[in-house]
Amino acid sequence: MKLAVLSGKGGTGKTFVSVNLAAASSKAAYIDCDVEEPNGHLFLKPQNVVAEDVFTMIPGFNIEKCIGCRKCAEVCQFNSVLFIKDKPRFFPQLCHSCGGCLVLCPENAIYEDKKHIGVVETGVSGNVTVVTGILDTGEASGVKVISQALQHQNDTLIVIDCPPGSGCSVMESVMDSDYCVIVAEPTAFGLHNFKMVYELVTLLGKRCGVVINKETSAYAPLEQFCKDNNINILMRIPFSEQTASLCSAGKVAVREDNGVFSMFTDLLKRIEEEAEI
Amino acid sequence: MIIAIPVDDDKKSVCVAFGRTPLFLVCNTETGEQSFLPNPGAEAQGGAGMKAAQCVVDAEADVLITKRCGENAAEVMKAAEIQIFKSAYEFADDNISAFKAGKLEELTSFHGGYIGIL
Repeated sequence: MKLAVLSGKGGTGKTFVSVNLAAASSKAAYIDCDVEEPNGHLFLKPQNVVAEDVFTMIPGFNIEKCIGCRKCAEVCQFNSVLFIKDKPRFFPQLCHSCGGCLVLCPENAIYEDKKHIGVVETGVSGNVTVVTGILDTGEASGVKVISQALQHQNDTLIVIDCPPGSGCSVMESVMDSDYCVIVAEPTAFGLHNFKMVYELVTLLGKRCGVVINKETSAYAPLEQFCKDNNINILMRIPFSEQTASLCSAGKVAVREDNGVFSMFTDLLKRIEEEAEI
Repeated sequence: MIIAIPVDDDKKSVCVAFGRTPLFLVCNTETGEQSFLPNPGAEAQGGAGMKAAQCVVDAEADVLITKRCGENAAEVMKAAEIQIFKSAYEFADDNISAFKAGKLEELTSFHGGYIGIL
């Protein structure tokens, strides 16, 4: 079973929920797809880490063969190829690796080159295989790093820690999941972004449930929205100074606190039931 | 010498933007001839600065006078050996006169992209 944990708003508790879900299971893989700022490894502290490079395709230009027809520049939707003095000038930072220029060049003056855009690290933390996607600083799109991280399929339970927001990288992270766990904060901002993510997973035809994190008291508009849309509230995590302290110390809460452990084993059972229906 | 300047629809005022300017004024200082080129970057979804830069390169400009310019477009200008000067006046004509008199300064700071990358 593949579980995607997402939230829309950053800082809601995606990493907290996904790390603890994986750690509370008997055996699981935790895949950090928040490749711009992966932080699950700070809690899980994986050992025996093996890194694998991630490359993306970029065009290479054989200038002598170029006849200056500009077909490559015309097809590029991101204007990454310009012509100066009838010769192509390529701006790799703008390229989205579509390969259109390679297909259209009538002189075969363009060849497939590659650019390093990140790494995927795989290590072990007790019962959890920890897979971390890391995008190189300054790179624009993490989608390729995410898809490579998601190739890890060895475990029966896979918990995917998604990036914040509801853009391309979130879609890539969620696409192959069997069930989505949306973490929501009981605030106006939290509800606003929860609605965006809910719309996305609905559009993708995914089943989902909500975990309300850092709850001090029930937030009526969020309760009403869940009721109106028949969204199951899977768990409520009360705001707790003790849990916050464990997180601040870089600890995995379920490994330190029996109360939190039983909350998360219950959550896992609940999700398994929901996902099977 | 050919000078390119981003101008507003009134064809007189220097446009605050480079990539999104509606028009480029192209002025040949030897003949005094002026023409206006529509900027293909004006309506571009993204990468407007690059489209605008290609337009300036294709106009065979030697000099670009602009209020501001992005890093990528500046790299294009450098590769095409087009000098960039900072617009100091509201109207394009005043900038051309000032440039001829050697009173414009080179533009040396360039901004990063505004492209919303999804």
